[in-house]
Parts: sequence; structure tokens; C-alpha cells
Amino acid sequence: MELRIDSEAVASARRLASAVVDPIAGFIARHSTVSVERAVARLCGIDGVDADGIPLPNRLVDALPVREVGVARVLGAAIAETGRTPQQVAEAVAAGEALQDPAGTPETALRAALRPFIDAGLARIDANRTAREALLRRLPQGAPPLLYVIVASGNIYEDRTAAVAAAEAGAQVIAVIRSTAQSLLDYVPYGATTEGFGGTYATQENFRIMRAALDEVSERLGRYVMLTNYASGLCMPEIAATAALERLDMLLNDSMYGILFRDINMQRTFVDQHFSRQLNARSGIIINTGEDNYLTTADAVEQAPAVLASQFINEAFALRAGLLPRQMGLGDAYEIDPDLEDGFLFQLAQAQLARQIFPDAPLKYMPPTKHMTGNIFKGHLIDAMFNLTSVMTHQTIHLCGMLTEAIHTPFLGDRALALENARYVMGTARSFGDEIEIKPGGKIERRAHDVLAGAVRILDGVAERGLMAAIEGGTFADVRRPRDGGRGYDGVFAKAPSYWNPFAEALAGGEAAVTR
Amino acid sequence: MKPYGDTLDDGAVQLSFTLPIAWSEAADEAARQLVAKMGFGEVSVVEGRSIAANFSFFVVYARTPVSIDISTIAAPSASADALDMDGVDALIAARIGRKVRVVGACIGTDAHTVGIDAILNMKGYKGDYGLERYHGFDVYNLGSQIAVEDLVRFAKEREVDAILASQVVTQKGSDIANFTALAELLEAENVREGILLIAGGPRVTNLLAAELGYDAGFGRGTLPSDVATFIARRIAERVAA
Repeated sequence: MELRIDSEAVASARRLASAVVDPIAGFIARHSTVSVERAVARLCGIDGVDADGIPLPNRLVDALPVREVGVARVLGAAIAETGRTPQQVAEAVAAGEALQDPAGTPETALRAALRPFIDAGLARIDANRTAREALLRRLPQGAPPLLYVIVASGNIYEDRTAAVAAAEAGAQVIAVIRSTAQSLLDYVPYGATTEGFGGTYATQENFRIMRAALDEVSERLGRYVMLTNYASGLCMPEIAATAALERLDMLLNDSMYGILFRDINMQRTFVDQHFSRQLNARSGIIINTGEDNYLTTADAVEQAPAVLASQFINEAFALRAGLLPRQMGLGDAYEIDPDLEDGFLFQLAQAQLARQIFPDAPLKYMPPTKHMTGNIFKGHLIDAMFNLTSVMTHQTIHLCGMLTEAIHTPFLGDRALALENARYVMGTARSFGDEIEIKPGGKIERRAHDVLAGAVRILDGVAERGLMAAIEGGTFADVRRPRDGGRGYDGVFAKAPSYWNPFAEALAGGEAAVTR
Repeated sequence: MKPYGDTLDDGAVQLSFTLPIAWSEAADEAARQLVAKMGFGEVSVVEGRSIAANFSFFVVYARTPVSIDISTIAAPSASADALDMDGVDALIAARIGRKVRVVGACIGTDAHTVGIDAILNMKGYKGDYGLERYHGFDVYNLGSQIAVEDLVRFAKEREVDAILASQVVTQKGSDIANFTALAELLEAENVREGILLIAGGPRVTNLLAAELGYDAGFGRGTLPSDVATFIARRIAERVAA
């Protein structure tokens, strides 16, 4: 099933998205953030917390005599002068020792002092990427749409039980839902979570616990089960660093989500998303973007062009961070009001449109949430129509809809029913999409044309105003965010001429550079 | 009164649940006995199977011996006799004579603004315009993850007439804790009397809200005009008094 789409309009949308992102790319290149610096510290091997539970990367970065030169420079100088490891430097800072201005240390000495730790960090990321590739060859994960379910008990050990059970019931991807509170924390919590609200924290220990459990069940089932978490909020780069170190496979990672839906400062988010995506590129992680959020807060029929426009912008940002198309899990969701006549046709049109415009992207398709109610029986039926749309249009990452979506975070039995629903529909209709033709000029094709034309209009407007001004003006999701407002703005700073981030240097070019 | 299957007073109910055990005939029997222990009769396990290595899922039909006297039930709705937008605006103009100031927020760590947005945003919900569209309301929608301290400070500064607190996440009672914290802080700051305090969310009922010390609670299916009518009528009563 193919839509006839206007390839000139698609090319024009890509050009406009590129024009939208270019000025932001210049801004990103001139700035860093405290979270970028803390990610650098983590990649150099710094971990742990002080006596008050404050993470050592925070203690170190907060203690920098000049942050404009970057933590790497200060750390390199401290190592060159004292012979300590990065971890020992951070521990000394936590114990109250002051850091020296790195200006007194020769350039070559400080760079050489830090080099082994940089190399060790990069080697671990690369080893994880290679290990994943080998596992996927030895334990093929099965055909897409990849069945993706969430675990969200708030206790990582209960989540582990649920994740293993879900894998046994057919899940191919497990996402560990993160506590909603974490997006606004300007640090990454430490240790295992056993009492989280609305999820667990994204911590290195939680990542480790879940990765180990999924590796074990992958071996037992003979297929690799992927692990997902969230590189969003105020600590995108640090979570991406941690995920790279612990071999997560996917991360929620959107270029604008935090700005619009969490009121995080736009400059902070733009800089943070770039470095986090550079890390994802190198570690072979697939990002999941957040376009579904446009549909849950506003009318899905009306917002369809905004979803496509955002997909183009996410793609443009992702390309600049070195992500390959096969790492771009661009988002969409099945959120049209079930009472709308021919709503299913509109869903098909949008899903097929995205499939043809982004042929190599592992598109992420989100289930109905907004129109799900306590009527679980009808909900299960709506989920079945969503499953049908996904298999017909060859979506790649398929978030299984839960019949109890409107009621509670999924029970173990809910996940099994959701997986059974998806397996049934996708099995019985596996080749349906390939066996039918879309009526030329019919309702589906006309809808796809309208959505594409609408997206081009939005991108044209944004390119003309500039992205920051467009966000200030409420172009996206009807939300207005001032460029110097929102959370985390005080953590953004202009780089000094001597600024040094050895990881950003090494990561320029992303996986594209590695695989060349 | 009893549940109705296909005959009056047959007491028929359907249940489904998961047990942490691999399926076997003994697991089926365990499910049957468990439901019998709950007090049900004529228990019939119609489906039982493994859904993971160590978990089984069951569908059970059974009959309950207990019944309820409907005349003893009281659950007053806050949405009774709702006016439409024009009706509310007319009421405010005639009986209050100024704009009614309303602040809404998703409190605590809850980031799910879908409910509060449906009530407040211009577009509204199911064709029923949100409060921002009304002439009679000045609306402040603070959005997600608002600390109760910040909400109370805002309410005091802007001298709002009504606070709409929304909670979607209910895990481990976080919604009740947040609702309670808000009510208590308003009391502690001596501003509770002058403000109409309203709870909203898919799990909220008017009865629950009353227990928490709120003036009203609005649950699933609530339309903006339901909330608007309630606020306008109560504020009008206060102006008259």
C-alpha cells in the first residue's frame, strides 16, 4: 500500500527544517550546560554520592573555579598536578578541597593526564555497542513492529519481575517508566529505587539491575530483549551517558519536549539534547521522540501537521548530532477520537505518510490514551484497531496499548492481554498492508496530502520567525515559553575560547563516523 | 438489589485476575477456591492459562449472595443541573458583577495536565468550551508539577476565588497525599474560608473530595460547564451572603 505523495513538498519540508535548526546549531556550538559537564565527569569514571547524598558529578561541577573552560580542563589539570584519578579528585572536592584554576597547568600536560580516562569511557561505550550488535546477531529479536511495554511499579525489583514476565509473554522492548518528578531534578539520583511515585528514577544502578535481568531472559528465550529509559528533563546528557555505560538500547529523547511540556528553559534543552544525542549516536542507542504529546493535549485531527513538522525538526536536530536514520524513532500516536467517522482512515493516512517520508527510521507508534476510559472492553477494541494500523503501515517500535490505560499503571495481566491482542492482530493481518492499494485521490490519500501541506506551512512559518521566537509565540502545542524563562536557565553558559570537551570532540560525526 | 446477569437477582459477576504461579489444574482449582473464599457461589473458572513462566491469568464467573438497599445510598453530584456557557456568564454578570478568578494546577509531581487542560483551556472537552473562553472567568492554568506551596502563594497574590487541583497519578496514594497537603496549607495560611477548593481527576468523586475537606470533586466525564456552573453558583451565594 503506497500513498502518492508530493516529493517536492517533502524535499521542501526537509529544507525548511534544516533552515529552522541551523541558527540553533550555531547557538549550541557556542554554549555548554552544567548537565553536559556532569556527563563529561561521569564518562571520565566519576560516580557515587557524598555524605548528604549529593552526586559527586554535581559536587565537582558546582566547585569549578571557572566553568566556562569546561570540567575536563579543570579535571585534567588536577590530575596532572596531583596524580589522582578523576574519582579521587571528585572525592577530594566533596571532602572540602578547592579546585585550582587550570590556567597554571600546561595544555599538553592536562590533556595527556585526562586522556586515559577519556579513552576508557569511550572504550566502554564502544564495547557496549559492539556487544549489542553481537547479541542481536546471535539472538535475533524478531520482526517489527517490535512489541514494547512499560513497567511502572515504582520498585525496580517488582519492575524486574514484571519485565521478565512481559518478555516471556512476547515483549521485545521493555521501558522502565521514570518517576515524573525526575525531569525537574538537576541531578541524577543514585542507587536502586524501591519507593518511586509514578515510576522509578533513572539511575545507573536501576539500569544495571534491569539490563542484567533482560540479558538473562534474552538468553533463555533466544531473542534479545531491548531496554528503554528516559533521557529527558534537566539531565538529558547525564542519562544518555549512563545509558551508554550500561547498554540501554533506546532512550526517550526529544529536542523540544522538555521546553513545551516541562517548562525547561529552551537554551538549556537545545544544548543538552545535542550532547545527549551525540552520545546516543556513538552508543548505537535508538532515540524515541515525543510527538505523541502534541496529540494528548490537543485535538489529534487538528494537530496532525504539527506532529509531522516536529518529526522533521527532530530529524534535522538528530542528523546534526550524528544520529543515523536507523536510530531515529520518530513518534506518532493513535489518538483520534473514536467517535469520529472514518477516524481510522485518518490514522492510516498519517502512519503511512510517516513511513514513506522516513523510510529508514524505526518509527515509534504510541497507543491510544486520551480517549481510553474505564470501559476496558471498548478500550481493548480500540487497541486492536491501533495494532492493525501499525502492522499495515510497517511501524517499527510499537507501544502496546493497555486496556486499563485510563485506570492504573499496568497490572501484570494487563500487559499479557495487550501482547496477546497485538500478536493476534499482527499475525492474522501480517501482509494485509502489502496486499491492498490505496484508492488514488480517495479519503486516505487526500488526508495525507493535507497533513503534509500543513506541515510545510508550519515549518515555513517557523523558519521565517526563527525557532526560539516561534516557541515564544506558542507555535507548538499552544504553549508559550520565553527564551530566558523556565527551569535550568542558570545552568547554561557561553564557552570560553579555551573550552574543552574531549567527548564532544570524539563524538562529532556520531555512529556515522564510527561505521565509515 | 443484586448484580443482574440474565435474571433478576441472579447476582452474576465476572472477575479476572493473575496468580503468581505457572498454570496447572491445581492453579485453576486455587483460583476457584479463592473466589469461593471471597464469598461468591457457583464459581466457574472459564479461562485459566500461563501468561509467563511463573504467572497465570484467570477469567471467572460467579454469583454473589449479598445485596444492597439502594435507598440507603447517598452520593450527591457536584454536576447537577449544569448551565451552559452563556448561562454561566449571565449568572456571573447578574449576581457577581465582576470576573471570577480561577487558578488551576496539576499539583505535586504529577505531570498529567490532560484533565485540567480539558476544563480550563479555550478548546474545552467534547465540544464544551473551557473556562478560558467564558467572559465571566479570569483563568490561570499553572500547568504540571506545581508545588502546593507555589499554588497557595499564587492564590494569595492574585486573590483567586477558586482553586482547581488536578491529580491523575494515584500510585501509592500520592493523589490523596497531595490533595491533603493543599487543603492543610490553605488552612495553615488562614485562606481556606475565602477560596472555593475543588479537586479533579479520573479517580476523584464528589464524596471523596468532601472527605478531604474540599468543596467539590469532579471525576471522569466532567465537562467544563459542570465546573463553571458549580463555581459561579457558589461564588454568587457567597456574594449574596
